[in-house]
Amino acid sequence: MHPALQGMLTIAIGVGACITYFWGSNQFLDKVLYPPKGPNAGRNINRANMIRPWLFLFPAIFALSLYLAYPVVETLRLSVTQRIPGGGSEFVGLDNYKQMFGESKFWEAMRNNMLWLIVVPAVSTAMGLLVAQLTDRIRWGAIAKSLIFMPMAISFVGAAVIWKLVYDARPPGTEQIGVLNAIYVGLMGGEPQQWLTIPFWNNFFLMIVLIWIQTGFAMVILSAALRGIPEETVEAAIIDGANPFQVFFKIKVPQIMGTIVVVWTTITIVVLKIFDIVFAMTNGQWETQVLANYMYDKLFRSNDWGVGSASAMVIMLLVTPILVWNVYNARKEMR
Amino acid sequence: MAQLALRNLVKRYGSTEVLHGINLEVADGEFVVFVGPSGCGKSTTLRMIAGLEEVSDGVIEIGGREVNHLEPKERDIAMVFQNYAIYPHMSVRKNIAFGLRSSKMSKPDKARRIEEVAGILSMTELLERKPSQLSGGQRQRVAIGRAMVRDPSVFLFDEPLSNLDAQLRTQMRLEIKKLHQRVGNTIVFVTHDQVEAMTMADRIVIMKDGRIQQVGTPDEVYHRPQNTFVARFIGAPSMNMLDAEMSDGRVIMPQGQAIQLGGLTTAQPGRITLGVRPDDLVPVESDMLIQGKVTVREPLGSETLIYVDTPGGEIVVKADGRKPPAVGEVVRLGADPANLHVFDRETGMVLR
Repeated sequence: MHPALQGMLTIAIGVGACITYFWGSNQFLDKVLYPPKGPNAGRNINRANMIRPWLFLFPAIFALSLYLAYPVVETLRLSVTQRIPGGGSEFVGLDNYKQMFGESKFWEAMRNNMLWLIVVPAVSTAMGLLVAQLTDRIRWGAIAKSLIFMPMAISFVGAAVIWKLVYDARPPGTEQIGVLNAIYVGLMGGEPQQWLTIPFWNNFFLMIVLIWIQTGFAMVILSAALRGIPEETVEAAIIDGANPFQVFFKIKVPQIMGTIVVVWTTITIVVLKIFDIVFAMTNGQWETQVLANYMYDKLFRSNDWGVGSASAMVIMLLVTPILVWNVYNARKEMR
Repeated sequence: MAQLALRNLVKRYGSTEVLHGINLEVADGEFVVFVGPSGCGKSTTLRMIAGLEEVSDGVIEIGGREVNHLEPKERDIAMVFQNYAIYPHMSVRKNIAFGLRSSKMSKPDKARRIEEVAGILSMTELLERKPSQLSGGQRQRVAIGRAMVRDPSVFLFDEPLSNLDAQLRTQMRLEIKKLHQRVGNTIVFVTHDQVEAMTMADRIVIMKDGRIQQVGTPDEVYHRPQNTFVARFIGAPSMNMLDAEMSDGRVIMPQGQAIQLGGLTTAQPGRITLGVRPDDLVPVESDMLIQGKVTVREPLGSETLIYVDTPGGEIVVKADGRKPPAVGEVVRLGADPANLHVFDRETGMVLR
């Protein structure tokens, strides 16, 4: 069968099944189980209304349990077992964790993750805030905004490929196709550099890719927040003698602090899970390893799902508190 | 010397002119109220005085000094906004202190000044609260306190009472008036509510379509309106306007009655509008001005508004609340000729 036809068929079956489920289960509830007639009509209506929300929630709860909750439990189980050669597995306690904590590559990944964690959310949020404030004041601000937002539409791998070209190096004497080397060689008279192989600093070259993507996100959210500030508080501050910097830092920023925290923590969560960019650009070589790529290496390259699962648990433990904090703040913002 | 002077003030947005040359002198310590319908330019004028809008043409002087190109903070003004505009993330004390930030006062002096202002506005116990913990009236008080703390030579109020409920509005109206009597600064107050204008102002400036219609004390604008707009805008219910003819120096009413009026600026025969306030119309036996049938009664307690259908159109009369005429009854109404207002029907300008 033609793949397009197959796709359409899948959609038709999926949508049909959904309609059948929701319609059918409600019909069953109203017509068979608790019909709103007879001697117990009132009680039946109440009971049906109590059950109805669960009918609608069930598919989502089921899918989330199967694809999210179960894998977490299974990963936890795998992280305390080890494969026995020839098939089967055995319980080994915290051995996988001990082994992992003994590896220097793991600590390199931890260090780099922390570095990402500090730099990327801070720079993205600051740049987003700056751009949001500045583009609101110029005529071509809308165009600038769309341009800055555009990287959001590019996949991380796609962005990695683009930036690999920016950092590309050709032998000395030949024409440089990487923008960075073209500038470095052409304008500053240096030797072409393999930027991604310079330890420690190459981390920042990777971070720039994510900052490039996330600034647009921060800008859009913060721009909306800035517009929500009552214009009169700004005018009152001007009359009270505040200069533009004071208006921005003392009147505007404090009023959108809640939104800034939400943007910051949202980007933090993206950073903790960062994988694609490192995978596609350096694959963790030259001291650029990060936790998610470390996990991938263990799980799918070394086929060591014990240590791989242990590192997955570490990532989850790191993300959870930030996620809780993020949801808490986002809810506070919505009130 | 005028504390505040506007000379030929013009405001244009692109090619649209919204203020067509405003001229006004405000004396030191005077309480001036700008009043007019939405879009008449009263708020724009105020914002130009504050320095929030550019002056397209003309001059603004504060304390004898041209301020056209000065920053708001250099103009020695303070402004209270309609939506209070207090900073939500600062305590009341910090809100008030914000205006003193750039002042050269010493720290203890600033603290003393804040306490003093809080005392005047009786909100000392609110100083540590956040704005979200305050009621509407308290927020407005904070906004006024923030304006007062710098002791500006001109206070600007932009419809500060519009967001308050009716009872609180009456109370704040009184408080602002008392405050003015106590501190004595010059105040320019913008409102669309003619009652606010009448009760608070030393002088009222009535505006419409970017032009001043009349400037005068509450008494003057009420008793001697310069045109039909002012006559109808000031006073509630509005002045009744009856179409009439003028001939031989006498006013001929729609039902044929002729009235002799003194003090007319013109004796030209022509079509005129006769204005008479609902309070000035009384039931009469002889010397009737107009008669008609009562269609609706609105009892207000001390008085009753009755709507009378006459050949000149529907008119409103304030009648005694104890024995108002019944609906359907034909009433004969008269008025003291001194209380009649005569306007040119074409130009709307007063004729006496």
